[in-house]
Amino acid sequence: MKECYVGRSRSVAARQLGEEMVIMSAVDSRLFNLNPVAALIWKAADGKTPLMKIVEEHICPVFEVKQGEALQDAEQFVRELAAHGILLLAESPIVETSAGAGKAP
Amino acid sequence: MSLMEEVNRKALGLGVPLSVHLDVTYQCNERCEHCYLEHDGEDELTTSEIRGFIGQFAKAGTFFLTISGGEPLLRRDCFEIIEYARELEFNVKLKTNAVLVREQEARRLREAGVEQVQVSVYSHKAEIHDAITKLPGSLKRTLGGIRVMRAAGLKVTLANVLMRGNAGDYAGVRELATETGAQYTLDPTITSMLNGDSSILGMRLPSEELRTVFRDERLVGDVGEFCAPPAAVDDGVREGIPCSAGHTSCYVSPWGEVYPCVQFPLACGNMRRQSFAEIWAGSAQLREVRGIRAKHLSTCSSCAHLGTCTRCPGLAFMEGNMRGPSSADCEKSFVRAGVVTAGMLAGHTFSVRGSERIELVQIRV
Repeated sequence: MKECYVGRSRSVAARQLGEEMVIMSAVDSRLFNLNPVAALIWKAADGKTPLMKIVEEHICPVFEVKQGEALQDAEQFVRELAAHGILLLAESPIVETSAGAGKAP
Repeated sequence: MSLMEEVNRKALGLGVPLSVHLDVTYQCNERCEHCYLEHDGEDELTTSEIRGFIGQFAKAGTFFLTISGGEPLLRRDCFEIIEYARELEFNVKLKTNAVLVREQEARRLREAGVEQVQVSVYSHKAEIHDAITKLPGSLKRTLGGIRVMRAAGLKVTLANVLMRGNAGDYAGVRELATETGAQYTLDPTITSMLNGDSSILGMRLPSEELRTVFRDERLVGDVGEFCAPPAAVDDGVREGIPCSAGHTSCYVSPWGEVYPCVQFPLACGNMRRQSFAEIWAGSAQLREVRGIRAKHLSTCSSCAHLGTCTRCPGLAFMEGNMRGPSSADCEKSFVRAGVVTAGMLAGHTFSVRGSERIELVQIRV
C-alpha cells in the first residue's frame, strides 16, 4: 500500500465502551465493535496522519508488536472498515472527515 | 448473543448510560388526546444548557441519543442541537410529528447524519388521525414530511399508537409505511399522564381488540410462537433486571430532571444543580431501581409470565409500586397467552376500561 491516510466517515456514530469502540453506520445501521488495537487506530484516524505514523505512535508503543506486522494488520483493518463506508482511505490527507474526529471522549 | 446484546451487556457491567432520551421541549403543535405530557414550555433548557448536557452524556459514554418532545422542531435551535450531538459522534434518533419537515429540513437531518426518525401516525384516514392530534390537516403534512425525509435518504419509522379511536386502522398505517418505504412499529399501550392524571387510560385498546392485534401474523410473525404459553422460569430470569431503565438508559426532561425512563417518573436529580455523572453514579433513586431483580418483584416474581412479560417498571411505579405489577402488561400477557397472571390472581384489575373494569372473577369465567 502507498502512503495511506485514514479518516472517519461523517455518517457514523462512535463511542468508547471500556477499552473497545462501538461504531454504528447511519447508512445501513450496522453495528461494529472494535477491539482495543482497532479502537486506537479509529481514534487516531483524523484524515491528516498517515496510517504508518498512527501505527508507529499509537500501536507499537502500547502493544508489543513489530511495526511491519502491525502495519500489515492495520492496513487490512482499515480496508475492511472502508469497505463498510465507515472509514475513508486516501493517498493524500483527507479534508472531508467526521466533524467530531479527534473530539470523541 | 447479537452484537447489540453484547454491547448492552458490557454497558451494564461498566455502569454506562448507553442510551439517553432527551426531551428538548414539551411544547407541541399537536394536542394528541392520549398524550402523557402537559405542554408547558416555560423555563425550558437553553441551547447552552443542552449543549453542556450533551457533552456530559458523551463523557459518560452515552452512544444512543434520542431527541424528542413535545415537538422538538418547534425549537429554533433543534438543528443546532442535533448537529452538535452528531459532532460528538452520537447515534441520533429523532422523534417528531414531521408536520414542520420540508425538503430543506429533511436534507439537513440527512446531512447531519441522523440515524433514524420516528414519526407518529395514528391512521391512514385524515379524519381519524387529525381527530387524535387535534390539528386539522396534520396527516397530510405528516405524510409530506415523511416523504421528503425518505426522498432525502433518511430511515423513517412510523410509530402507530393504538387506542380505541384508531383500533381498526393499523393495517392502513402499515400500508402507508410500505408505500413510503418506512419501517412500522405498533404500540398498544396508553400510559397515565406524567402528572399522575389517569383519565386518559380509558382510551386504551379493549382486550378483544388487543387479542385481534396479537393474532395478526403480519404484525407478530408466528402467532403460535408469539401467543405460546409462557416457558418455565429459570434462575437466570429470576436474577435478571426488569428492563434497562436506570441501568443503561435514562430520560432527561426539558428542565434537566433525570428519570430512569420517560415512562418512569421517579425524579433522580436535576442537571441544573448536579452534573450528570453525579446523578448517574450517586442518585439514591437510581440505586434503588438498580437493586431490583425479577426475584424481588412483590407479585410478579411468582408469575408464570415472568420470563416473557413486557412488564414496565415505570407503569408499575405509576400504579403505586415499582416492584409491583403493571396492569397494562398483565393484560397483554393474559391476552397473548391466555394464562392468568399473578397480578390478576392477587386482585390487580385492568384499569384500562375506566368504569368498565374487568374483575378477576369475570376473567376466570
